[in-house]
Amino acid sequence: MDPKLINDCVHCGFCLPTCPTYVLWGEEMDSPRGRIHLMSQHVEGTPMTPEMAGHFDACLGCMACVTACPSGVQYDRLIEQTRVVVEQEYERPPQERAVRGIVFSLFPYPRRLRMLRPTMGLARRMASFLTRVNPSLGAMTALAPRVERRERLPRVVKARGERRAVVGMLLGCVQREFFPQVNAATARVLSMEGCDVVIPPGQGCCGALSVHSGLDKQARRLASRTVRTFRKAGVDTVVVNAAGCGSSMKEYADLLGYDPGFRVMDLSEFLAELGPVAVRHPLRRTVAYHDACHLAHAQGVRAQPRELLNGIPGLELREIPDSAICCGSAGTYNLLRPEAARDLGDRKAKAVGSTGAELLVSANPGCTMQIAAAMRRAGADIKVAHTAEVLDASLRGAEL
Amino acid sequence: MDELIAALHSLLPADSVITDPVRLRTYECDGLTYHRATPGVVVLPETAEQIARVVRLCNDFGVPFVARGSGTGLSGGALPREDGVLVVTAKMRRILEIDLPNRRAVVEPGVTNLAITEAVRDQGYYYAPDPSSQQVCSIGGNVAENSGGAHCLKYGFTVNHVEACEIVTPEGDLVTLDRMDPGYDLLGAFIGSEGTLGIATKITVRLSRTPEAVTTVLAAFESIEQGGQAVSAIIGAGIVPAAIEMMDALSIEAAEAAVACAYPAGAGAVLIVELDGPAAEVEQQFARLREICSAAFELRVAAGPAERAAIWKGRKSAFAAVGRISPAYIVQDGVVPRTSLPAVLAAIDRLSREHRIRVANVFHAGDGNLHPLVLFDDGTPGEGERAEVVSGAILDLCIEHGGSITGEHGVGVDKSRYMPRMFGADDLDTMQLVRCAFDPRGLSNPGKVFPTPRLCGEVPGVRKGVHPLVESGKAEQF
Repeated sequence: MDPKLINDCVHCGFCLPTCPTYVLWGEEMDSPRGRIHLMSQHVEGTPMTPEMAGHFDACLGCMACVTACPSGVQYDRLIEQTRVVVEQEYERPPQERAVRGIVFSLFPYPRRLRMLRPTMGLARRMASFLTRVNPSLGAMTALAPRVERRERLPRVVKARGERRAVVGMLLGCVQREFFPQVNAATARVLSMEGCDVVIPPGQGCCGALSVHSGLDKQARRLASRTVRTFRKAGVDTVVVNAAGCGSSMKEYADLLGYDPGFRVMDLSEFLAELGPVAVRHPLRRTVAYHDACHLAHAQGVRAQPRELLNGIPGLELREIPDSAICCGSAGTYNLLRPEAARDLGDRKAKAVGSTGAELLVSANPGCTMQIAAAMRRAGADIKVAHTAEVLDASLRGAEL
Repeated sequence: MDELIAALHSLLPADSVITDPVRLRTYECDGLTYHRATPGVVVLPETAEQIARVVRLCNDFGVPFVARGSGTGLSGGALPREDGVLVVTAKMRRILEIDLPNRRAVVEPGVTNLAITEAVRDQGYYYAPDPSSQQVCSIGGNVAENSGGAHCLKYGFTVNHVEACEIVTPEGDLVTLDRMDPGYDLLGAFIGSEGTLGIATKITVRLSRTPEAVTTVLAAFESIEQGGQAVSAIIGAGIVPAAIEMMDALSIEAAEAAVACAYPAGAGAVLIVELDGPAAEVEQQFARLREICSAAFELRVAAGPAERAAIWKGRKSAFAAVGRISPAYIVQDGVVPRTSLPAVLAAIDRLSREHRIRVANVFHAGDGNLHPLVLFDDGTPGEGERAEVVSGAILDLCIEHGGSITGEHGVGVDKSRYMPRMFGADDLDTMQLVRCAFDPRGLSNPGKVFPTPRLCGEVPGVRKGVHPLVESGKAEQF
């Protein structure tokens, strides 16, 4: 908790209405301004009380406050530093430790996730029972998506037509195991737009979940492994289709203390910069585009995905009201803080529903699962897709 | 206090009564961090009835209470009392009724200013007063402070846009003050009373029709004098723009650093002039404006809502943006007659050089409402004190020129000491008589607005120990 960063805050309060927990509860200590105040209390010597840790834990890390702040407070860095201190100084109650143990020894490991795939149908049927055992377990099962058949991607997908770029591609953990069709679509779109796509085998987790939860050591270990993998692959650009992963990978230099040697770009950011060449076939759909926090707030990527979607003939893009407010997914938040996440999910589902769109598009697997689950609860099932899948369908002239 | 807290617990849900010291401290100040006090207890009621019961309890125990909305005030109006209850209205943010045929909306006090406009925008209406903090400041706080904003030049302040208020009186009665009530304008007295006459629990606001046409112009001048002359000429020509805002080079630099507003490079001052009304009228006024601003080296006209928002973005974020170019700063708020603007600005410049303290000027030029931002480094010994001197001297300048010590931020705790410079003893006594009529025991936000306890205002029995203002040397007791 760098006092210099804390002092950047002038206490103006412009962050309050953008903070999901302030929107829910209206309490100062669960707002960015209040949390920064708590940080300064800690720096001044107040010990990390359970109350204090609770307010830090309640932060979703959505970074909407960073977008809203006129004084340029780097809340993203502050809360990451703070989470490390919480991990070091605060002992959580046993049940919470157990849940966190499960989450952090499961999600950053694609192979362990793979073992869950066959059980997911069963888990969903057991959701109500598991909720009674532990709300976090219940949330985990309620969120479980219907998984599609795995598609094994080759090490290199060659560009179609003239080669315009060579890029590395991150598969992600949840994306790879639960949404393999998104990765397949991403590779196809990149190839159809003239890119050689290098997909190094043996990719692990990028470390995002650990960074966002203050697990400093795990984060560094996973990050440096990812850096080695892509360095070995010899690419100078790595394209990422999961917002949470992309935002963390862009901060690798800060985390590791050295330059990773490649630039990281979100898929939509990269495609917009590259410019379209492949023919877009019409898709007659009304689409609501959801701003994933780690794309819009953490990476500042808002215009590009909209530009790509608007470039599809026949597609009608609709804006979701209060789009800057988090859906409650926030990495592992919906598993660790299921009640608050549920309330935020319900708000988001209502906002999405108000657009009347047929299809919800987002660039983060966590958001997709969270909003889909909230829509199911509200009895308003909506089709969800990743930006890559929509583009892929249009480029191939296929149905979604 | 313990007994009171126990009583509060029986009134409100457990998570609506905050007593944990770490949590309490996050409420120690509002938007003005210079004054801090940890509240004795914080309550977050959800209904007017709950507020009334909390206030009645305060009366039973003889404990003072302070209301707080979003905590964005800039005069310390919501500074808590260590021996008191802080009543936070942030959970009361429902829009209760929208009545378009009568152009009214009924809202709870915690609703943000902008939320009202957002709720009716699609139907072609808006809520006119627009403080720069409009996306966060609460309407209850706006009522307490009689908040203004950039567009108040043409449309007036909060007091001109509130039709009725349901309030909890300082003694705990729930009453409604209505503009239509015959007799004394109690609603007028209540609005802007800075929490000293009770707590607003339900507010009926007037909705305005969105103007047919809006033209926003950004004019860049080489010097602030040229900008000031343009302002006088615009008003002199009989044009009443919706807003005329001026920013000087230093504040442009800050806004640029914060939101990359891309104002014309090298400008000594920019004017933001917004014309609105029927299209024909706006067009004709714009033609006039173009002539008047002939001294401007660049005149930029917003082509649509996005460009208009871009122009305003620099201005609206200017206060907080100054955080980018200075570790600390004081946002001052004073008023001078429009014609004195050039003289006052020159004098501020002299003060700034004399005390080696930078002053950025952002202001509602149309109505002479200055917002000098006094910049200092709180890490450098003595600089804070010098900044305070400059800040105070600016207010003296305002009074000297026949202006006021506050245009829209309120007196609060920060400026109570300047009240005797502006008003004589009889004036202050008369104000106290009004206050006592509402709050005979002096429990409602004591220590604000008035420099010293006088008459029946602040009962000695309530206060334990030395008054914080006396202790800090800002007030004397007699």
